[in-house]
Amino acid sequence: MAERCAVIGVGQTHHKAKRDDVSIAGLVREAAKMALADADLTWSDIDAVVIGKAPDMFEGNMMPEIYLAPALGAVGKPMFRVHTAGSVGGSTALVAAHLVSSGIHKRVLTVAYEKQSDSDAMWALSVPQPFAAPLLAGAGGYFAPHIRAYMRRSGAPDYIGRMVAVKDRKNAMRNPYAHLHLADIDMKMVEDSMMLWDPLRYLEACPSSDGAAAMVLAAEDAVSGNYPPAWVHGMAMRSEPTMFAGRDQINPQAGRDCSADVYRQAGVTNPREQFDCAEVYVPFSWYEPMWLENLGFCDLGDGWKLTESGATAFDGDIPWNASGGVLSSNPIGASGMLRFLEVAMQVRGQAGEHQVDGAKLALGQAYGGGSQFFSMWVVGSAKP
Amino acid sequence: MSAAARAVRPVSIASFAQSQNVRKDDERNEVEGLMPVIAEVFGNIGITKDDVDFICSGSTDYLIGGPFSFVMALDAVGVWPPRSESHVEMDGAWALYEAWVLLQEGEIDAALVYSFGRSSLGDLSEILTLQLDPYYEAPMWPDIVSLSALQARALIDSGKATEADFAAVASRSRRDALSNPKSQVANDIAPEVLLQDDYVVAPLRRHTLPPITDGAAAVVLAAGDKATAWSDRPVWITGFDHRIETHSLGARDLTTSPSTAKAAEVAGVAAGKVDVAEIHAPFAHQELILAEALGLDDSVAINPSGGALAANPLMSAGLIRIGEAAERIRSGAADRAVAHATSGPCLQQNLVCVLEGGA
Repeated sequence: MAERCAVIGVGQTHHKAKRDDVSIAGLVREAAKMALADADLTWSDIDAVVIGKAPDMFEGNMMPEIYLAPALGAVGKPMFRVHTAGSVGGSTALVAAHLVSSGIHKRVLTVAYEKQSDSDAMWALSVPQPFAAPLLAGAGGYFAPHIRAYMRRSGAPDYIGRMVAVKDRKNAMRNPYAHLHLADIDMKMVEDSMMLWDPLRYLEACPSSDGAAAMVLAAEDAVSGNYPPAWVHGMAMRSEPTMFAGRDQINPQAGRDCSADVYRQAGVTNPREQFDCAEVYVPFSWYEPMWLENLGFCDLGDGWKLTESGATAFDGDIPWNASGGVLSSNPIGASGMLRFLEVAMQVRGQAGEHQVDGAKLALGQAYGGGSQFFSMWVVGSAKP
Repeated sequence: MSAAARAVRPVSIASFAQSQNVRKDDERNEVEGLMPVIAEVFGNIGITKDDVDFICSGSTDYLIGGPFSFVMALDAVGVWPPRSESHVEMDGAWALYEAWVLLQEGEIDAALVYSFGRSSLGDLSEILTLQLDPYYEAPMWPDIVSLSALQARALIDSGKATEADFAAVASRSRRDALSNPKSQVANDIAPEVLLQDDYVVAPLRRHTLPPITDGAAAVVLAAGDKATAWSDRPVWITGFDHRIETHSLGARDLTTSPSTAKAAEVAGVAAGKVDVAEIHAPFAHQELILAEALGLDDSVAINPSGGALAANPLMSAGLIRIGEAAERIRSGAADRAVAHATSGPCLQQNLVCVLEGGA
């Protein structure tokens, strides 16, 4: 029988294009120390450390948990490294949560990061592989055709993507840690930005960020900290094959199955009504309407209508990415954990200017690869 | 039993399979290399992928030289409909640990664990340098053989071992490997003859180094009714822990392995007689350090498979230790075994798994 698990501390760096004021160790330590302070704990209170990041080639440091053990106070403790593509920040939090819910540890520190300025993610994504189609253009080039297919399938008008881009950047103005603070953002500014991968314009894509996220997870009898705990109500991962003609990359089965699993665990039957907010991995603007449908917040084909209606805006009935989301900060390996962390902040009431009033139950989602890897959790202010 | 005040849910190593370990497998890609191993690990016990509830794998992108090497490898399993699945950028022994943690919660009863890697694709010694501190150590490009030589030298200087002891480990390991059909390097050469080898990096002679190996391995874990249904003699994991040390080599006593000793304590190695130990010691001298840290005496059969000196497929060599130890118990040759895996330069990170035969 699984034990209850709660988020009792959160920390994140100021995300920037280049954090050349810190090493990789300094970056992860900055987020970890903040999470420990929030939990009112010190390094010695932690039983184990779980770290995650996207491909090691993004920094050129192989299996970096080996180098980062002392920086994260892990010497003499179990230290675990997760890597599940773009969903890794979420998966890392889930592995850490299972160490608590299995009863093995009382307090686990989990950290995720990327220091993109130490290398070049676009290069690292584009290394030619035998017998595989080259990805040369990076993630945006991979996803643009899926977005066009979504537009054709749903009949969505072309300005929906721009609406998401504006909404998330306006939200980021309320988040002091966000990488992008574009005070003058509006539809015209997005429309005037250069076309990268049709139909995605520059301002409809995520930035490249340096940054880290950290959380302290605890068992029920080890709860401490400055804010009430965020209880984990459900957690799930799903993967589907890369090379399978039966995949629907616009509305992936793995995403639907993963959400069905966490909703079942959390007792959620109507996500739009029961969740107070959600942090969902939207690295390119159009993924908001696509994931609205995939996550069951509306019927198939209606995602763009929800976005257009303002329902997902900060003052809408179901705010998505009140933090500004991946479109405003993208330290790749940490981006998924930031989603999980931000919903914990919301239900703990510690989100400051981007706090959604009275948030009690929220969904965090991360995806990765070519939309074949998903990780999700549901957190709430009440005990499950 | 774990030192933690917690009832450990019995989980069994229900099946184990490994590829033929070879110097260079350049006729198959990672998926093609894995597929027969996955088929065998299921086929051993007559199950399919639909009988496992969770999948976890271990690999590193730095062997294939491209990002997301695990993504395509998953096609060797065929995850349609979608499956609950995770990956660690660590040896498969840690992937097995993640699956074991999930099984502890009692929500699921079976998991597939696999790992793979072709060490032949690049210059392994240089690649492993990238595990070091990227600002202060890696730019000097100390290679893994030289770092291990520093450790061996420290061991000799401490008076705990001699070069003849290293040769004895290598001689015994590769002689034992003669009875392991999956091994890569197996021979019967006396230690005195081995000591005539030239130094690669003093005090390490050629025979003290692991081979460079391409290979893959897989394990099925089972709990509850599945554990007893899938095996006449379940092999239970009765203790499991892993620990890490600092990356700074100058801050460590390289002649000891405190992280192994701590993991062994938490896993409860000393709680009973150990019949067999499968130790992941890529360099001969490291077996001596690890045997001491694990508290093993002369009565323990160490590395009857030949160990990492007979085949060292990076990312799988640790998982294979668990599989080999489990097979000794399943065959009745042992009742209680210890399996060990390591990661990082000079044994920085270590995992210890205690296995016991069921009634």
